[in-house]
Amino acid sequence: MSTGTQASDGGPGAAGATVWRVRGLVKTYPAGRGRRAGAAVRANDGIDLDIRAGEIFGLLGPNGAGKSTLVRQLTGLLRPDAGRVELYGHDLVAHPDRAARLIGYLGQESSALDELTVALAAETTGRLRGLSSRAARAERDDVLDELALTPIADRPLKRLSGGQRRLACFAATLVGDRRMLVLDEPTTGMDPVARRAVWAAVDRRRRERAATALIVTHNVIEAETVLDRVAVIDQGRIIASDTPSALKASVEGEVRLDLVWRDQPPLEIPEVAALRDRAELAGRRWTLRLPQQRAREIVASVTGGPAFAALDDFTLAAPSLEDVYLALGGREKGLVKA
Amino acid sequence: MSVVSVPQPVPLAGAAGAEPAPPAGPLAPRARLFPALGAVYTAQLSRARVARIPLLFVATFQSVGIMVLMRGVVGAGSGAARAVVSGSSVLVVAFVALNLLAQYFGQLRAAGGLDTYATLPVPPASVVLGAAAAYASFTVPGTFVTAIAGCALFHLPFANLWVLLAVVPLAGAALSGLGAALGLLAPRQELATLAGQLGMSAALLLGIVPPGNLPAPIGWLRDLMPSTYGVQAFAATFAPHPDWTGVLADLSVCAGVGVVSLGLATWAFRRAAYR
Ligand SMILES: Nc1ncnc2c1ncn2[C@@H]1O[C@H](COP(=O)(O)OP(=O)(O)O)[C@@H](O)[C@H]1O
Ligand SMILES: [Mg+2]
Repeated sequence: MSTGTQASDGGPGAAGATVWRVRGLVKTYPAGRGRRAGAAVRANDGIDLDIRAGEIFGLLGPNGAGKSTLVRQLTGLLRPDAGRVELYGHDLVAHPDRAARLIGYLGQESSALDELTVALAAETTGRLRGLSSRAARAERDDVLDELALTPIADRPLKRLSGGQRRLACFAATLVGDRRMLVLDEPTTGMDPVARRAVWAAVDRRRRERAATALIVTHNVIEAETVLDRVAVIDQGRIIASDTPSALKASVEGEVRLDLVWRDQPPLEIPEVAALRDRAELAGRRWTLRLPQQRAREIVASVTGGPAFAALDDFTLAAPSLEDVYLALGGREKGLVKA
Repeated sequence: MSVVSVPQPVPLAGAAGAEPAPPAGPLAPRARLFPALGAVYTAQLSRARVARIPLLFVATFQSVGIMVLMRGVVGAGSGAARAVVSGSSVLVVAFVALNLLAQYFGQLRAAGGLDTYATLPVPPASVVLGAAAAYASFTVPGTFVTAIAGCALFHLPFANLWVLLAVVPLAGAALSGLGAALGLLAPRQELATLAGQLGMSAALLLGIVPPGNLPAPIGWLRDLMPSTYGVQAFAATFAPHPDWTGVLADLSVCAGVGVVSLGLATWAFRRAAYR
């Protein structure tokens, strides 16, 4: 069923037309000089992407994978060393200035808006997107209402909690009505209510205005629940790109088995000693990724034999995108489940 | 526990297949120079009101304090008194426009805040000019307070203080352009802050010490500081019969330097924001 990375090329099953086409994107940060010397970092190493009209497309990867570097090239902030970026038929490498006229961008930083009030941040953003003051104020009011920010409209951003500030910046991103939204870790620090408000607002724009969204995240749960398709990025490369369920299907039949020992694992038992070499160890917790049948056998033997006395807890779980990431050869431990 | 293996359909029905996008979709309009400048100005002014009022007090107290100190060595009504009052008043502009603006742009750049502007369709000139104008106009009350206190201290005429309404924007343009350029060009944030502070110290020393007493190289340095011409213009208006042509000439130098330094700052903004 799953066509793996090929699905991103848009087989006959694809619905929307490709609106964002990225080919062979390469970006290397030069080695530091002087006291901060270090090796050059190839943060993006040949990235291909196809994002279709009306979808919520995600970039999932641990910290340092190269997500922000990619997004900054897609939004005209950073010039690629090589490769092509085309959005709605515009060549953004040749005309990076057009990105601002096509994209509503929420970066990871908000320092330019920090000292403004929530209302002024939204209104100013609208005016800098070319709206008249009247239109900017009207859109500001609508968006603040939609995101339930009206009660704190007059508070400066820097006096808000991290999650509220993030939501206020998201509100500013929505003013001026862009067809393409690019959100770099939009829900960082938000409580569940604010997160829901963000996803509802994105979904509404997708339904009512055929908006498309590119979302950067390192949160596996969020990726599984809100994204239509996801590209898994690791060390500057895309190692898979498909729907979350298709990606999970690629590790179907596998489960994750967690064994938590009370104290010392009973390594004198040969079965346990053999497991140790296959497990990922984190203190007293061992994590194994196994075919279902094999996992059941292990559970039966551990819980039925002498090892049981040393066992504190165990869980068997269906694979998550994190397991996909690891199964695909991802090496970093930076994905978050929350 | 098992997982559905059917790929979910991508929403939005209609279009068939992922064909190449139709050529060049519509672009949203750009923000125009002056409306965008106005929006940045308004935002910066509100920001300044929240965050910078204590600093304006510092700037004003510093200038008034210098005048009180100088009162001991400079006779009331003398030519030196004019230089001191004028230099102290323009120093308020230098403090805010040069020092604080260099610091602001240095910080903004270091924290990635330039991305916010760079991903909006706004001319870089609007951002730089809007911020510079806000910082400069923010100095007006402090400059007037200093000038009035100085005139009282040194028995100078109040009649021509209105000329500050030209001196502040023009010296402000020159100094804030310089401040913004320093903040945006400094390789590191600390260096931006340092450069802004050095610039302000130079404006202080070179603007307040009467020019006759300076050794030649320092005199040249003085001629290079844009604030010097603002100080000279303002000082000349305390004369019983001001040389208005000279005042105009000095203010024109400020204006010229302002155009160049704001141009430089705009270039520096573009360079810092799009890499
Ligand atoms: N401006 C920069 N200069 C040098 N190296 C950088 C710079 N920005 C990012 N990097 C490096 O590039 C890699 C990818 O970073 P980034 O794109 O920020 O990752 P992510 O957003 O996925 O966390 C990291 O190793 C990071 O240290
Ligand atoms: Mg990042």
